[in-house]
Amino acid sequence: MSTPVAVQPVPRGGLGRLVGRRLVDWLPAAVVLVLTLGGWQAAIALFGIQNFLLPKPTSIAQTFWSDRGELLRAGWFTFQEALGGFAIGSGLAILSALVLARWRGVGRALMPYAIAANAIPIIAFAPITNAWFSPLTKTSKIAIAAVLCFFPVLVNTLRGLTSVRPSSLELMRSYAAGQVEIFRRVRIPTALPYLFTGLKVASVLSMIAAIVGEYFGGSFDALGVLIRSRAQTFAFTDAWAGILVACMFGIGFYVAIGLLERVALRWMPSAEE
Amino acid sequence: MTVVSLRGISKTFGDGGTTALQEIELEIETAEFVSLIGPSGCGKSTLLRIMGDLTEPSAGNVIVNAKPARQARIDRDYGIVFQDAVLFDWRTVAKNIALPLELSGWDRRRRSERIKEMVRLVELSGFEDHHPWQLSGGMQQRVAIARALAFDPSLLLMDEPFGALDEMTRERLNLELLEIWRRSGSTIVFVTHSIAEAVFLSTRVVVMSPRPGRISDLIEVDLPQPRTALTREQPRFFELVTQVREALHLGSELEGGAPAPRGSEASV
Amino acid sequence: MATGAVAVSRSSARPSAAHVGRAAAKLGIFVLVLAALWGFWEGYRWLWMHEGWTWPFAVDDTTMPHIHDVLHALFKRGATGSLLISDLLRAALVTAKEAAVGFVLGAAIGFVLGVVLAHSRLLQRGFLPYVIASQTVPILAVAPIVVVYLGSLNVAAWFSVAVISAYLTFFPVTINTLRGVNSADRRAVELMRSYAAGRWRILWKLRVPASLPYIFAALKVSATASVVGAIIGELPSSIQDGLGGEILSFNQYYSLDPTQLWATNIVAALLGIAFFLVVVSAERIVVRRAAENVA
Repeated sequence: MSTPVAVQPVPRGGLGRLVGRRLVDWLPAAVVLVLTLGGWQAAIALFGIQNFLLPKPTSIAQTFWSDRGELLRAGWFTFQEALGGFAIGSGLAILSALVLARWRGVGRALMPYAIAANAIPIIAFAPITNAWFSPLTKTSKIAIAAVLCFFPVLVNTLRGLTSVRPSSLELMRSYAAGQVEIFRRVRIPTALPYLFTGLKVASVLSMIAAIVGEYFGGSFDALGVLIRSRAQTFAFTDAWAGILVACMFGIGFYVAIGLLERVALRWMPSAEE
Repeated sequence: MTVVSLRGISKTFGDGGTTALQEIELEIETAEFVSLIGPSGCGKSTLLRIMGDLTEPSAGNVIVNAKPARQARIDRDYGIVFQDAVLFDWRTVAKNIALPLELSGWDRRRRSERIKEMVRLVELSGFEDHHPWQLSGGMQQRVAIARALAFDPSLLLMDEPFGALDEMTRERLNLELLEIWRRSGSTIVFVTHSIAEAVFLSTRVVVMSPRPGRISDLIEVDLPQPRTALTREQPRFFELVTQVREALHLGSELEGGAPAPRGSEASV
Repeated sequence: MATGAVAVSRSSARPSAAHVGRAAAKLGIFVLVLAALWGFWEGYRWLWMHEGWTWPFAVDDTTMPHIHDVLHALFKRGATGSLLISDLLRAALVTAKEAAVGFVLGAAIGFVLGVVLAHSRLLQRGFLPYVIASQTVPILAVAPIVVVYLGSLNVAAWFSVAVISAYLTFFPVTINTLRGVNSADRRAVELMRSYAAGRWRILWKLRVPASLPYIFAALKVSATASVVGAIIGELPSSIQDGLGGEILSFNQYYSLDPTQLWATNIVAALLGIAFFLVVVSAERIVVRRAAENVA
């Protein structure tokens, strides 16, 4: 599960506008959801699919509801790891992007290495962070999440900082503006849409990283460990309930970043054609 | 007083590549409205950028406001308007106009007063909180002009600012620009492709020709001020347009280095 | 030509001396970066051990082995008598096969899905949220179930891993195909319509070529995603022969011999980069050919 080499920021009319559309726009998605769940339930009954493969949505919902306290606590534990890694990874990435954009020569020379580093399956590194920090603490998972979040945010932000129109730079030159001013007034606002694209990707990655990290060893309070132990004791419905919670937190995180994006980029026109 | 003085300006791109400008000599006085006109490749935009110290000449001297061009740029002695309005999408009209003022360190109250003035000047009252994408091309250019005039420069450089607009908007903006010029008393150097526009706006037309880029003629425009829409219908207007057109043809015929005779030669 | 324009480009006639010079510079930077990383690693290690600092973590031979020890470990013989590096390369090949199949599968599905969604606003509104949400499902947890299920259908275990790899691959391709297909210039579409070109023609002659840059951007991401998917898929599936299996077993013995896990990481990194480079090369070939066709 990886990390975009800087993809063009999505115009707000597309994915970015996922939240906050008119209720009517959500209707098709709601219909799909209802049909899928209905079909799922029916298929299990019709084809007699065994419980351990795919429990009924109703059973999952029931289990989720009855275990909701424990599940949400575990989810929150893992989410904290994800959030911590996200914050640290993104923060460092933004700083690095600013430095690399300021000293372009270095940036240009190192860009291929950043892209290559982006291509490394960082997930293989998870057991090592467990060795560095005690596997029972959150820190080891925060570390792997941070490493996973770093590159998408770096690559996207750097692309944004350097995609300023030459005419804007010429205008600033006519004002005899210094580098700091150019960054502050032109490069950073230009980079914001790109930054948010990176942050949305990183938000999803951070949860995944936390859970994978927990696979190699984690506290019993953690969601990944909980799902795994339930699966190992053949309590599959319970395991699916845990997976549901993981999705909820992942989606919630993504949506939260999306909301933040709408606020920060409220000046952008909707690109819905 | 001489606002802009160009002596022996030459510009070549690449080693031994195109000669964009060759031995340009030009003096521009206060409150003149000078148009630079010529076919593609004659170097008029390059010349404008040299005046604004946005491009360095390969040879020659540029004096603006009795200082070297570089100093004039640092002192923010001029405003510039490009063909593309180059507004910042994330700023409102008011904040776009405020940009040079912020860079010059004006305080908030002074800034908002000046912005109000400028908005009234370009007739965009009521649009202060709009974003660039909500405005038409003509309105965007007006914002760009307001921004260029915000810190009251004595010199305004304009690089085909109305080139992307339709004829009717163009003609209207021409009248507005003349009004602004009259009220502010600034000097304007205006690059254009349009002969009619050059004659209508200017006190003097500099005709340029390409390969190598040079001034092939200087034509005084003695149409009465203030100019109005009716000016375009006067016979003298057509005479001058013809004069400029013929100077342009002559310029391209003499491609290859020999500068055409200077001074306004009436050839009707 | 144009005012203030760039000089006439004569790059096609550039002497080879400049080519060699640039290649040498790039090689130089490569060596420099590797040396800097090596130096940074050993320097950090030395300093932290010397000062006894424990933040962010305590440094010793287990947490930060010497790089030369790690490289040395690659050429040590293991219990089976073979060199570690050959074991790892064999495992990498297994993982590579799973990842390659997953990549092709995921890219194909992603492409088709992207094209379908691009043609209907309604379908987009209906399915796009779930396409995005699909990536929040921790496949690590779902992987064993997929393996067991497909196993009951007599599907080879490695193919199940490929399916998991495809799951991570399809998403970027879908999103980017969607964006790319819709990115065709409206005027170009109108031109095609004026030629009475039907929907399929417009798709193949205009929209798909227009979307190639976007698709390749996604494929570059998917290349790594497919490798990650394969490794993750191997972890719980008790597939011993791939890199995931190696990671698991070396993780168990980490305190005894940390260098083996680090060595595995290096091989995994090289695999990821190799996949990425394959896609980059493919892009150069395909895009160049496309440009020639247009000209």
